Amino acid sequence: MATSTTKALTGEEPPGPPGTPGGGKTASRRSALLHRLDVKGAPFAFVAPFFIVFAAFSFYPLVYTSWISLHDVELATLDVMEWVAFDNYVELWGDSQFWNALQNTVTIGVLSTVPQLLMALGLAHLLNYRMRASLFFRVASLVPYATSVAAAALVFTMIFERDFGMINWALGAVGVDPVDWEADKWPAQVAISTIVIWRWTGYNALLYLAAMQAIPADRYEAASLDGASRWKQFTHVTVPGIRSTIVFTIVLSTIGATQLFGEPLIFGQGPNGVTGGADNQYQTLGLLLYEEGWKNYQMGRSATVAWVMFLLLVLAFAAQRLIRRLRSRTS
Amino acid sequence: MTTHSLPVRTDTPARTPAEKPAGRGRRLLRQRAGRQHHAGPLAYVLLVIMAVLSIFPLYWTMVAASTDNTRVSQTPPPFLPGPNLFSNLARAWDEAAMGKAMINSLIVAGVIALSTVMFATLAGFAFAKLRFKGRNVLLMLVIGTMMVPPQLGVVPLFMMMSELGWSQQLPAVIFPTLVSAVGVFFMRQYLSEALPDELVEAGRVDGAHSLRIFWSIVLPVARPAMAVLFMITFVHAWNDFFWPFVVLDMTNPTVPVALTQLSAGYVRDQSLIMAGALLGTLPLLAMFVVFGRQIVSGIMAGAVKG
Repeated sequence: MATSTTKALTGEEPPGPPGTPGGGKTASRRSALLHRLDVKGAPFAFVAPFFIVFAAFSFYPLVYTSWISLHDVELATLDVMEWVAFDNYVELWGDSQFWNALQNTVTIGVLSTVPQLLMALGLAHLLNYRMRASLFFRVASLVPYATSVAAAALVFTMIFERDFGMINWALGAVGVDPVDWEADKWPAQVAISTIVIWRWTGYNALLYLAAMQAIPADRYEAASLDGASRWKQFTHVTVPGIRSTIVFTIVLSTIGATQLFGEPLIFGQGPNGVTGGADNQYQTLGLLLYEEGWKNYQMGRSATVAWVMFLLLVLAFAAQRLIRRLRSRTS
Repeated sequence: MTTHSLPVRTDTPARTPAEKPAGRGRRLLRQRAGRQHHAGPLAYVLLVIMAVLSIFPLYWTMVAASTDNTRVSQTPPPFLPGPNLFSNLARAWDEAAMGKAMINSLIVAGVIALSTVMFATLAGFAFAKLRFKGRNVLLMLVIGTMMVPPQLGVVPLFMMMSELGWSQQLPAVIFPTLVSAVGVFFMRQYLSEALPDELVEAGRVDGAHSLRIFWSIVLPVARPAMAVLFMITFVHAWNDFFWPFVVLDMTNPTVPVALTQLSAGYVRDQSLIMAGALLGTLPLLAMFVVFGRQIVSGIMAGAVKG
């Protein structure tokens, strides 16, 4: 599609007023040649840094991960690789800690993503009203985004503290017994999800808000002429109108959820962090990857976990596409 | 309206007509008026609750950082600041290596943000305004790379860094993040709207080479978006956790890495931990207070892509 319009924009004809042909003198021919070289080559030079850095530090490591996963490599002797074929995968398949981590990753992923995106949708709807101090509310909802995982997890660790934490104090005030937010499996997963939700709801809300503001006003006018209530307008005009952004945030949150690491690590308060609690009750795949590689010194197994995480992502997106295709076929 | 001698470009992928921004240039980074309903009292109440929930954990970080260990552990927990804020901050700066971590994070985030902005603007300009073979394929490739979580390559990356002798060194954190696909895409979207084709064309007619056009025509136009991209990248680089945690150690940490050490001690000094967390967040909070409008509009402008 680009080729038909190429000439007009990049000026492949030599510079100079029309009517004076560029040929003739060698000097002008050389400058014409240089010009052509510049026009042809410069775009590639401009995009090259991105691709070089990506190839070296992202693509190559990703591919090499699969190679390492077929070897035994110890952290202390990184240059000694012993070929073991699929042993790492077989061991992982038979390892209950892996299945536990996989399960935790999925449950924490659902617990953190679904409420987060629903709340973001509601918040975006609120922010879309005409109002006073709209900038304040937007910046305020973005404040958690400015907080690092580490700082956020430390604060929430204290807020969820069993003995003197604020949540248990508030629960006690309404007559609920204190909850052990670290040692008990489900409370711990809820608490960790809360950190994720807190950090990302406002950011997602701003993405939704941007998309909402691009919905043409006449769609709402048409809907209200048809007698649609505010709620009907929301579900029939707003949500379909920002659909592509919703898909985008689901993709981003899914990627984030499979990689979850900092929140459970720091929430575990030091020694228990890497194992995801004393009984691995909130160990995610990200933590398992780190534990295998940097606590058990088994880099091959660590690479295997990484590769499984990648497969998991691919599967998740394949499933999502399939569901979308099935849905569009039925409707 | 001037008649365009240039072809009208319709090849903006990944954007539906409904999401097409209304105008050019700075308007992209300004908030556009959307639906015109006025907020009722209920909306205000809900928004205030959301704002409180957003800000409270940070407020309470400050409260806890300004008291001492015994008061933090009381029930009910303290809700008002105490007198020890500055002494606790000073302790965190000295004892918990937060001073060194802050300087390291400043270097890391500064270099990463600068290089991301520079390379993203270069590539964004090429993708937006220059014609070359395979442009659309390469652009799709850039977008595709957004889907690759960097965490997955961590084992080879770690091996690579120890081979290069960069383990525990800042370059190990800086180099893998020198570019960003989101940044390239963001600058491309901005420049295809904000930079008139006529300007680039005029530069060509004057005989300027591409780098010269970039320097004297593109950069001035791109500046507002570059500023926004700088800040967003800085925030991300400052807060990045997984890879710095893997490759750095406590002798040479960034802020998030140093924060993990704070909570690892035998006796947990809660107000010291909170002082460290506050200290590590303050630079970004200051940035949000001063440039909140620009950051919000930047995130929203980057979002209009679906």
